[in-house]
Amino acid sequence: MSGVSDRYERRWTIAILAALGALALVPLAPVRDDVLNFVFLILLSITLAQSWNVVAGYAGQVNLGHAAFFGLGALVTRTLWIRGLPIPIAMAAGAAVAAAFALLMGAPAFRLRGAYFAIGTLALGEILRSTVGNVLPEISTLPAASIAGYRLIHRYYLALALAAVSVLAVAALAASRTGLGMEAIREDEDAAEASGVGALRLKLTALVLSTGLAGLAGGLFAYYHISYYPAHAFSPTWTFDALLMTYIGGVGTLHGPVLGALLYVVLKEYLAVRWVDFHLLIFGALFVAIVLLLPGGLVQAAARLGSARKNP
Amino acid sequence: MRILAQQLVLGLMLGGLYGLAAAGLSLVFGVLKVLNVAHGELIMLGGYAAFFVVGLFGLDPFASLLLVVPLSLLLGVALYAGLFGFVVRASEETRVKNSLLIGFGLALSLHALAVRLWTADERSIITPYGGAVLRVGGLSIPVLRLTILALAFALIAALHLLLTRWRWGRAIRATAEDWEAALLSGIDVRRAYLLAFALGTALAGAAGTLVAIGYSVSPSIGLEWTLKALIVVVLAGLGSMIGTFVGGLVLGAAEALSGFTFGGPYREVVGLAIFVVVLVARPRGFFGR
Repeated sequence: MSGVSDRYERRWTIAILAALGALALVPLAPVRDDVLNFVFLILLSITLAQSWNVVAGYAGQVNLGHAAFFGLGALVTRTLWIRGLPIPIAMAAGAAVAAAFALLMGAPAFRLRGAYFAIGTLALGEILRSTVGNVLPEISTLPAASIAGYRLIHRYYLALALAAVSVLAVAALAASRTGLGMEAIREDEDAAEASGVGALRLKLTALVLSTGLAGLAGGLFAYYHISYYPAHAFSPTWTFDALLMTYIGGVGTLHGPVLGALLYVVLKEYLAVRWVDFHLLIFGALFVAIVLLLPGGLVQAAARLGSARKNP
Repeated sequence: MRILAQQLVLGLMLGGLYGLAAAGLSLVFGVLKVLNVAHGELIMLGGYAAFFVVGLFGLDPFASLLLVVPLSLLLGVALYAGLFGFVVRASEETRVKNSLLIGFGLALSLHALAVRLWTADERSIITPYGGAVLRVGGLSIPVLRLTILALAFALIAALHLLLTRWRWGRAIRATAEDWEAALLSGIDVRRAYLLAFALGTALAGAAGTLVAIGYSVSPSIGLEWTLKALIVVVLAGLGSMIGTFVGGLVLGAAEALSGFTFGGPYREVVGLAIFVVVLVARPRGFFGR
């Protein structure tokens, strides 16, 4: 059984990496900047969704404070980068701070189970957002020299690399004993503990990996935007976006969040032409339907259709 | 010192509304074991309903409760029949988690719908007597907000009577206590669920009306009110509506105190910090009675 699903996952990993590889060729053609910006958004969303998928999909811990880690990554990266550090080092520092904060918060937060963990982390995220909004109320704008040197193509390739990293990280996790242990916790934490899985350690591992990736995504956000309010990177919409994309695509699968992110960004941009934020009405309703009727998301729907065709 | 006392008075009056907002959430969670994080959005809808009822019929703002509460009751029945009724079939742990997710989707949808229908602007109901102020020993007490506090308490007291005196009210409490025992003693548990959910939504509608009269509504107030209600439920525990009201007052006073000590912007942080600490200190039992 696991052999079959391993082969299935590997096929998806290769397919997604091939698609990302193809996207690397896009800037070679004479394309407009808005095309690159659009693909950038999809890639950032893939990283964000995949980062949430690690802790919520594999370890089964619905973290509603995810935006805090995205925001921390953005804040640290932006600060260090503007002070003159190279962007890779600044981003690594952002990811490290996000993951360190997760370790600090994780031990008390994981005393909570299920929905209580969810609302506890929601409150933690809001505490951070309010505090950052109070301490740093001013908009953060790049210095003139950096604006003059701004190249979209750098952001594009960085986003591409991060999306690939996040997919590879989840693929490696899914194939590992660690990932298997996380899935055991997701299915039944007490049973997992009873069969020798160290639940707290694995949940912390998942949280650190997840928030580290979220911190990188936040760093990318900070590198991409010329000006934004620091508190905006802590806005709960980052959590909600990640949750919607992951669940709609298929939570706890490798390719679900990728497809979810693609669908989400495409529909959001398409609808935004006429109705700003109208996509949330559709995705909110779709999300409710998926939780009630199709917990595996679109990936599960596709699998069902496929098997129905094979065995009529 | 007088400033602090004045802040406390205003905080307590807002706290009454926190209590009312939490009462509906507490009832629904206590009885159905459904954590409806769209509760704040239901409050938001109640606020808009009151706004339009007052605008259309020229009613006194407080009289709009007579229309908004029954409308909210119906909305509650519809939401239970269409959504949350499916969730209660699952085991308790799945039920809490799925209801949270569904509430989330519902909240996002209602928020987007409200922006689409009514724009993102803030609105509040203007009353002819809105500016009246009582002066007591150097403190100014806005009459409007005092009325709101009194009404919030009256509504909670009415709910308390409903739950203790009315036959179905007792059935609701029995279901909250132990649904299997309630079922065995011949109580229609499904109907108790429906009633509790509809009552919870009606309370949200009433809270929304008072919010629109004394403060303001906009499509994005939902999350904030859900968090306030959650904080109060954690502080007060389940099972006592009067206790929930007191919990609301405590949060209102705590916010006023912290606003006074650390400055206005940190009001929100203190309530949330209390929430996290209580939650972590009593990870299983915090929703207990």
